[in-house]
Amino acid sequence: MTTSATFSATSAPSSASARPLLEVRDVRKTYHLPRGQTLKAVDGISLSVMPGEVLGLVGESGCGKSTLGRCLLRLTDVSSGQILFEGQDITHLSERALRPVRQRMQMVFQDSYASLNPRRRIGDLLAEPLKVHPGPDGRKRSRATIAARLHELMDLVSLPAAALDRYAHEFSGGQRQRINIARALALSPRLVVADEPVSALDVSVQAQIVNLFADLQARLGLTYVFVAHDLAVVRQISTRVAVMYLGAVVELGETDAVLHRPAHPYSAALTAAVPRPVVGAIRAAPLGGDIPSPVARPAGCRFHTRCPFVQGRCRAEEPALRRIGPSHSVACHFPLAEG
Amino acid sequence: MMMALLRRLGQTVFVLFGISALVFLVFFATPGADPTARIAGRNASPQTMEKVRQEYGFDRPLPVQYATMMKKLFITQDLASYVDRGELVVPEIARAAPVTVSLVCGAALIWVVLSIAMGTIAAALKGTWIDRGLMMLGLIGISMPVFWLGQVANLITQSRYHDTWLFSWVPGLGYVPLTENPWGWFKALVIPWIVLAVMFIGIYSRVLRADLVALSGEDFMRTARAKGLSPTRILLRHGLRTSMVTFVSLFGLDFAQLVGGGALLTEVVFGLPGVGRLTYQALTNLDLPLIMATVMYSAVFVVLANAVVDILYLFLDPRVRDAR
Amino acid sequence: MPAEIAPPMTAPLLDVRDLCVSFPSRGRMIPIVEHVSFTLGERDILGLVGESGSGKSVTAMALMGLIDSPGVQITGSALFRGQELVGMPQKQLRRLRGREIAMIFQDPMTAFTPVYTIGWQIDEQIRAHERLSRKQARARTVELLAEMGVPDPARTADRYPHQLSGGLRQRAMIAMALSCNPSLLIADEPTTALDVTVQAQILDLIRSLRSTYGSSVLLITHDMGVVAETCDTTLVLYSGRVAETGPTEVLFAHPGHPYTAALLASIPPLDGPRPHRLPAIAGAPPAPLERPAGCAFAPRCTYVHDTCLPAPPPPLVPTGYDPLAAPQDDATAQVSAAAPSTQPVQFAACVLPAEGTPLPPRLTYSELSAGDEADATGFPPSSFAAGEPH
Repeated sequence: MTTSATFSATSAPSSASARPLLEVRDVRKTYHLPRGQTLKAVDGISLSVMPGEVLGLVGESGCGKSTLGRCLLRLTDVSSGQILFEGQDITHLSERALRPVRQRMQMVFQDSYASLNPRRRIGDLLAEPLKVHPGPDGRKRSRATIAARLHELMDLVSLPAAALDRYAHEFSGGQRQRINIARALALSPRLVVADEPVSALDVSVQAQIVNLFADLQARLGLTYVFVAHDLAVVRQISTRVAVMYLGAVVELGETDAVLHRPAHPYSAALTAAVPRPVVGAIRAAPLGGDIPSPVARPAGCRFHTRCPFVQGRCRAEEPALRRIGPSHSVACHFPLAEG
Repeated sequence: MMMALLRRLGQTVFVLFGISALVFLVFFATPGADPTARIAGRNASPQTMEKVRQEYGFDRPLPVQYATMMKKLFITQDLASYVDRGELVVPEIARAAPVTVSLVCGAALIWVVLSIAMGTIAAALKGTWIDRGLMMLGLIGISMPVFWLGQVANLITQSRYHDTWLFSWVPGLGYVPLTENPWGWFKALVIPWIVLAVMFIGIYSRVLRADLVALSGEDFMRTARAKGLSPTRILLRHGLRTSMVTFVSLFGLDFAQLVGGGALLTEVVFGLPGVGRLTYQALTNLDLPLIMATVMYSAVFVVLANAVVDILYLFLDPRVRDAR
Repeated sequence: MPAEIAPPMTAPLLDVRDLCVSFPSRGRMIPIVEHVSFTLGERDILGLVGESGSGKSVTAMALMGLIDSPGVQITGSALFRGQELVGMPQKQLRRLRGREIAMIFQDPMTAFTPVYTIGWQIDEQIRAHERLSRKQARARTVELLAEMGVPDPARTADRYPHQLSGGLRQRAMIAMALSCNPSLLIADEPTTALDVTVQAQILDLIRSLRSTYGSSVLLITHDMGVVAETCDTTLVLYSGRVAETGPTEVLFAHPGHPYTAALLASIPPLDGPRPHRLPAIAGAPPAPLERPAGCAFAPRCTYVHDTCLPAPPPPLVPTGYDPLAAPQDDATAQVSAAAPSTQPVQFAACVLPAEGTPLPPRLTYSELSAGDEADATGFPPSSFAAGEPH
């Protein structure tokens, strides 16, 4: 394998620096709807992702986690704020200037079938980015290099090399997701944003893919932003978790700190609401009401309409995300736990 | 709801303005051709040319020309055809329109009723020989050109079998106004109605059947079955009602273009003095004012019908109501 | 969860025996569901759990008589209150559907007809089965919506499906299903399309139905957590066949089939220590035509050996874990699955119990974490006692 060096070349040296790989500063994404309404899908989020970590973005529908995921890679343009990748401001880079950056950040989507062209062989699909982007030496990759790389990729995601000659419909959902992962890894990225990558899969297959993500991360030194609504999956893979509600991060911290000692009442309710596969588990009374429409976001704390601990101040004043521990922040006036 | 209607009305006015400007530009501002000569007709005398130039303001800037034309069309309504010895164009259309409207409305009634019946029955009996037979009939209807079918109908009812008891009631070609003699009106139009409707019955029944069959796989049709409703009720109240959204949009456009002059062939074959035939005559005589007027008339109908369809949508589909 | 074990005298509400469903495709019959049997007692909640393609939804659709694709073959028996549902004429079925057996579906957005209001659609079901005026029907609709926790029910009844949130739509769906007081409610993935906090509300609502409406529920889901929280009895389907069935407590504590055990193990835990790797099941479930002649799970099973491979597939046998009788008492006895219930309650379609090597009890991660206080050997039999509130 001639190109195996590319993995270490891109992954190893970065770990020494303590600078974040990805930084998000007060990012907003607003959609304008008819009748002059606005939908604030992402409403002022600041985050940083360190090299080698896995940041989980969790929340229910309409919380903006997928929009944020797309904004991170500039697949959607932000309305305001800044996105820095490897210290470089990519918020307003042109498509052309973005192209070399795109090699180092990739995305894996939920729908494994829709993201693979059904009329083309898997090998051709995977080879495409390798043909479009120049190799590490700045020159076009040779046919042999590409072929070798394809075999390497198949090996990485534990698929037989024969899969390269087949079409997407010939694979099961889990295998297709492996192919999608292989495609994301083709250019040896540093950052992979995965948007609900396992939620369309059956439980027994889901575990395989979660393990694959973890293995690849350890092996290639990857950094993930893992977007999912399934808390258990996010917990399994993430080092840190950001809980989102109606476009904002309400709690951010080490995975088990957030899930087991949640400081925000929403994080607590979200964790409690997940049905455990254990008989006799005692569950707290579920949250009442529905998630408000993101178009008509409540004033004050965005969670106050459903919060069991709501007080007068929550209705009037929006809490900022503030630090309550060394690596634990919460946007709540009356947090349940102090970091 | 009111807002949506008003907004739609505003759009309609805007589109009409756009179309009129476009039509005007195509006919009167094409570079390299003198509109005066076109209006005055072939071999017109210099005096006529001068008169036309004065009347239409062709020696003045384009916007003025456009305004003059619109004034003559809609306000003073004295746009006259020079080819046809000064016949006023607008009253001519006003005389032709009821004929066309009579023809198209009757045909529309026939094709809507029959295509809904055929499409629904075919969908209900999907896969049986009745379904296949009805759809085959539809296909035959689509494949028969209306002028041919019209001639065959004339041949049978006017000459070959006119003297038999079956067709002796059929009057000669031509139109009888409804206000003069309703029964005569009906007798004069019933064969043109059927001939014009045949192709649309074919198209609409096939489209409706396909739509109903596709809908039968929808979740809400399964829910309706799980509720214990009768198959007829499921098909009509849930399937057909939902299909009407597609049906109406298709119908609105076809209806409008027919009223706007699209029934030309039927009108010519049956000697009905409608708008289509008028357009046909204007084109053969290169009667520019008349062409201009019929095109505008047709555009008004298509745009108005579109607006009506959109408003019907608001009633038929609550999702559209909220999206506005 | 209190397990209400029905008194043995009463006939079950629903008794399904050897249900098979096959669809024709290219001249062959594809067996989607093979020999599924179960019983559902009055006021019971039975969970039908399996992955996609396991045949769980097809089973429910077959019971409702909703499968009408040409050439489909449904055999076996499904007795509902003594009436045979398999082969029942559509006309007769229609009287049961909606009135005696009601169904709710996964996606409440697409399950309502988009062009009618919620109230209109509930009224329609009521008036299809009962002679009521429009006004009376609407009054009941509003009352039902209120009981399902829909705020401002009278106004909500006048709204269209797309104007409601997912949670409200599912509440309306349940209200519609309950509108004629059915004795059996079939819920096909009722919470899969919902957010987790809303799912919790809907599951609470479904659980409460047996006391407020006296309904039995057949809950179809892929989520083991939902089953554990909601169902009295669980039936695990794998590739169109029953893998295992038993009281939920027993089944989750002592999975009798390696598939159940592996499935439970592969769910990432939310509590306790985080495993380094998830114990995943290799491969994927077989397609119906590639289903092995012997045990369908054999190619993915860690316990596979020679006896698993030849046809026929292993029959359901008692696993030996029986809260009422002594354990391992009749593990080798060939008790027919139809035999009424004095002793065994849990059955697995696996050769292991018959060979005297049943699976070890399941260790949950919370038990691992709290190892100092709980006994690591699993649940003592007393914790399965019937009716004991938690």
